[in-house]
Amino acid sequence: MLAFLVQRISQAILVMFVISVISFTIQDGLGDPLQELVGMSVSDEERDALREEMGLNDPMVTQYLRFAGNALQGDLGVSYFYGEPTMDVILRHLPATLELVIAASLMIIFLSVPIGVYAAIRPKAWLSKFFMGVSTVGISIPVFLTAIVLIQLFSIGVQVTVFPADTGWGQWLNEFFSTDGGMPSYGRGDDLAHLFGTWESNFFSQTGWAHILLPAVSLASIMLPLFIRLIRAEMMEVLQSDYIRFAQAKGIAPARINFLHALKNTMLPVITVGGVQIGIMVAYTILTETVFQWPGVGLMFLEAITRSDIPLIVAYLMVVGLIFVITNTLVDLIYGLVNPTVKLTGKKA
Amino acid sequence: MSAVTASRWERFRDSYLWYSFRRDKVAIVSLVVFVAMVAAAFLAPVLAPTDPYDLAQIDIMNSELPPAGLAGSDPAFPLGTDAQGRDLMSTILYGTRVSLLIGFGAVVLQSLLGILFGLLAGYLGGRVDAILMRIADVQLSFSTLMVAIIVGAIFKASFGNLMFGEIAIYLLILIIGIAEWPQIARTVRASVLAEKKKEYVDAAKVMGFGTPRIMFRHILPNTLSPIFVIATVQIANAIISEAALSFLGLGMPETQPSLGSLIKSGFDYIQSGSWWITLIPGLVLVVLVLVINLLGDWLRDVLNPRLYKG
Repeated sequence: MLAFLVQRISQAILVMFVISVISFTIQDGLGDPLQELVGMSVSDEERDALREEMGLNDPMVTQYLRFAGNALQGDLGVSYFYGEPTMDVILRHLPATLELVIAASLMIIFLSVPIGVYAAIRPKAWLSKFFMGVSTVGISIPVFLTAIVLIQLFSIGVQVTVFPADTGWGQWLNEFFSTDGGMPSYGRGDDLAHLFGTWESNFFSQTGWAHILLPAVSLASIMLPLFIRLIRAEMMEVLQSDYIRFAQAKGIAPARINFLHALKNTMLPVITVGGVQIGIMVAYTILTETVFQWPGVGLMFLEAITRSDIPLIVAYLMVVGLIFVITNTLVDLIYGLVNPTVKLTGKKA
Repeated sequence: MSAVTASRWERFRDSYLWYSFRRDKVAIVSLVVFVAMVAAAFLAPVLAPTDPYDLAQIDIMNSELPPAGLAGSDPAFPLGTDAQGRDLMSTILYGTRVSLLIGFGAVVLQSLLGILFGLLAGYLGGRVDAILMRIADVQLSFSTLMVAIIVGAIFKASFGNLMFGEIAIYLLILIIGIAEWPQIARTVRASVLAEKKKEYVDAAKVMGFGTPRIMFRHILPNTLSPIFVIATVQIANAIISEAALSFLGLGMPETQPSLGSLIKSGFDYIQSGSWWITLIPGLVLVVLVLVINLLGDWLRDVLNPRLYKG
């Protein structure tokens, strides 16, 4: 176990090192801190003096070590646009993104498990086929398009008039396919609860919930089909195994077999895949936050790109990289703990 | 010569591939829709009623007209017009062409990279394998979309807006190719590992053939069917990635729009009630990606049923 732990952690450190080298190269290659600092109105001699003073003429390795040393102490430079430390900017925007990811993850868990299990227990039922069909189509719809359709349906509203309005059924169909709209589609709302520190939360007021609902549904929509398919496939495999057949032969109630015996072993691979996917969800927050103008780190990153705010871009890369590396390492370690059959040492990929 | 083609046709007609295709209604419909969309997209200059790049043909007075069948529509514009008065059907035809070009280009590039690195990793093994697969793991754990966004951001910052817009097609092919090669490399490596234990590889070694010759002439042809399956699905992924990048403003400029940039520019007008500018290109994108995915599913079932899961 100890060897496994050391191997995984050293691997995580190596990945972080590579990310920091890439980030340093971007910072070094794209931004000219002097230009941002003094503008055009300074003579060449003064420029050279400043350059020397700031250590921009030092060898690359020295400059990288200084960058990495500062990063380890949480100092990732000052944002050009905000004029304050990039870490402060990121920490201020992070709660919005985290709440979005939490809300979407809860939706995924509470929808995908029942649907996946049902589709595995009754693979031939029309409802299962319907769910599997919807999830195939769902995979083909990009997340920003789901978001736009949700805005059209529930924020703007749709008035259907294609059916003849002078007949009773036409009237009924028109009303059935029309939606009212009225859901907020922009930002987090102004009724935010203050938790500890600067954390503002959407989870404690009705308008807060109304604002987070549509973004969270769109973010969940991209992962939901994947999880339904995964749970169904794993569950069907487990249901074929000997110990389940033995339990069936003993005459144990089907509900007990399905939910106690089978579901337990289904969830093992699902948890590991799920852990990695939730890390990947960070990439999709950029798209969701752009559509809904959700003031999280994703929108902040995109704005930093349009403003060429290099320090903020680099800081975002480092922070998101760290989040990825930590979740992946934790998932690996948890998998090693809960599944004794996994080879802990000398694992060859 | 004609005898050879005839026998080839007969061989194809008797093959399992053709047999299972004829029996699968979903595959037939998907292929018909896909071929129709590709043909329409590449014949865009002939089929489109107007040229959306030609400023002389655009009239701002025609802006935001709804599609045919709705109040206030103009029969000259069957799918309506966008905010600048361009015919939506023409922009969609040209936009589909751009999306398909980038999708295919990116898959060609990532297949070249993926096959090369996959073969090297699988056949040579050892340190080469460890380094290449570690890079692939890290890239995949970040998700291809994240890598594409980051690479796109770097390109955009280093080229500047104007320069980026001019060569956007090539840059997007490069960005998506770089972001997605690990998918193909992993598939190739897995089948190379299975192939290299077989006798014909030993025979080739005994005959004294060089490593490159064994890799490319002997092993590669035997790993082609999984590559075909994954490459088909990757076209759909590349088209979605391109649309996502364009939607974020890291892709095609509005002067030469892809489906993604059409959706993006239409999104600004959705609050004013002009839903068709963004939702019709969106529907075209979904149908295109869906039929490619369905074809990929069918191909996977036919070519390697053992891999089928779920």
